[in-house]
Amino acid sequence: MVDKYQNSIIKVRGLTKRFGKFTAVDNLNFDVSQSEIFGFLGANGAGKTTAIKILCGLSSPSEGNAEVAGFDVYKQTENIKKNIGYMSQSFSLYEDMTIVENIRFYGGIYGMPLTLLKERTNHMLNRLKMTEYANKLIKEIPLGWKQKLAFSVATLHRPKIVFLDEPTGGVDPITRRQFWDLIYEAIDIGITVFVTTHYMDEAEYCHRVSIMVDGKIAALDTPDNLKQQYNAKSMNEVFLQLARKK
Amino acid sequence: MKQLLAFLRKEFLHIFRDYRTMIILFGMPIAQLLIFGFVISNEIRDANIAILDYSKDYQTQKIKEKILSSGYFILTVDLKAENEIDAVLKAGKAKLVLVFEHDFARKLEKTGKAELQIIADASDPNSAEILSNYTRAIVNNYMIGINNGLTTKTVVFTEPRMQFNPGLKSVFMFVPGTMALILLLISAMMTSITIAREKEMGTMEVLLISPLRPTQIIIGKVVPYFLLSFINAIVILALGFFVFGLPMRGNLLLLISESMLFILMSLSLGILISTVSKNQQVAMFISMFALLLPTMLLSGFIFPIENMPLALQYLSYLMPPRFFIVIIKNIMLKGTGIMFVWKETLIILGFTIVFLIASVRKFKQRLE
Repeated sequence: MVDKYQNSIIKVRGLTKRFGKFTAVDNLNFDVSQSEIFGFLGANGAGKTTAIKILCGLSSPSEGNAEVAGFDVYKQTENIKKNIGYMSQSFSLYEDMTIVENIRFYGGIYGMPLTLLKERTNHMLNRLKMTEYANKLIKEIPLGWKQKLAFSVATLHRPKIVFLDEPTGGVDPITRRQFWDLIYEAIDIGITVFVTTHYMDEAEYCHRVSIMVDGKIAALDTPDNLKQQYNAKSMNEVFLQLARKK
Repeated sequence: MKQLLAFLRKEFLHIFRDYRTMIILFGMPIAQLLIFGFVISNEIRDANIAILDYSKDYQTQKIKEKILSSGYFILTVDLKAENEIDAVLKAGKAKLVLVFEHDFARKLEKTGKAELQIIADASDPNSAEILSNYTRAIVNNYMIGINNGLTTKTVVFTEPRMQFNPGLKSVFMFVPGTMALILLLISAMMTSITIAREKEMGTMEVLLISPLRPTQIIIGKVVPYFLLSFINAIVILALGFFVFGLPMRGNLLLLISESMLFILMSLSLGILISTVSKNQQVAMFISMFALLLPTMLLSGFIFPIENMPLALQYLSYLMPPRFFIVIIKNIMLKGTGIMFVWKETLIILGFTIVFLIASVRKFKQRLE
């Protein structure tokens, strides 16, 4: 058991969070290893957001333990914050600032040295084919671009883990596919991806998937194993079966 | 520190990109001051008056000259008989009629008493009051002049002396009031809106997850607006001084420090508002409703606190601008020092601390 998870970058043991009498997160246990794409699924209100908040160091658990990038979620939230990246469904770019200004801002608040920041900015803009639009305001560029840009910005400081909270809300499947190309590139350079999504086609792209129901993890395995186990053709069917069970 | 600088640069970008807000930010105080200073004025110049002089002697002649050369009055009709008075007032040809009794000079010299009747058109009670006060002040002045020469007997008039603002210049009221209002509005509204905007856009989450500390976020939000408000304060003071001739009798440094304290208080109020509002609209609404109206009505800016019903007088103690207005007036008009405004200063400081503690508590609650 210990050997299997030796290089796990997120360790969660008995993690519980209560708000008054309501238990939002109930005794979670899982590990995520380096360079893994870990899908974190669940219906709205299943406790995903609360769990992510704890793992990002924004909120303390009521019970249990968790380590993120080797740091304790109770005492070392400062260290956790330095080693993770975060992208939410709202993309979190400033609409009234240009592409380059947004990149500089995020580089700045993560304390990146200016030369490194410039080098990565150029590389990133090349990769995204946005170099000539570097001085365009965010509000002038299409949604798909914003999304790719937001992901690249969230990984600009090369975090150990990047948390993606429903990163592909509101975009078409083709743009979603292109977005996943970026995710694969990120794991190639050793970044771990922790992603929540509503889209079951995206769940298929994950290495392993956990499905939360009512604050508990109801299933956790590779997409193929899960489909076999539940005798389902797609992840969507697996999800529905689990959600109906309750 | 480097992180904070990156954050500050971003804040200034927001401010300078949003030129409409910039116009409001700097245009509003100037426009408001000019409107209050020139248009809505309690001060009366060149009011039309009529005079009915039964005596026509050297004394009445001198008094008339004094009154007409004061700049406040213009003689439109020289009346002959009492029955004309009503008509003149009704026709609006004069706002005020002065009636000198028969044998004015003789009575004054013999008995020391003579009668000057002031009949004012009180359909506009405010200007009637002001005009009759002006007249009494001028006549009193004249009498003091004669008595100095003549000794012994004096003519007794009630004496409404307008201390510190002898011309009853309303702009002296409006500059301190406008300054308090503008600083409070800009500081509180702008900070609460920009923080609420981050929440609405979802960027606040990212900021909180980043290595930035909550205090750094708050400092980053406060510093730019502190600077802007400070520039505004200087602009308002300069306008008051150069355009409206407002005196600066006290210590300028003290006034500036008090203004900075007041700005800080307003900023902490803004942070508090932002912690309880979900989006920009709510923040804006709270700032307007909770700040603009009560400040206009209850701080003594427009309506004197002494004239309010008792319940409202107590309510006005909850208005921080009330105390700031007292401080400005004391320093600028009366030239008093910290010894006379320390109480008000402490009260504003108290408000600041309460607002800050409440915001930090709310901020932490929200994170949980």
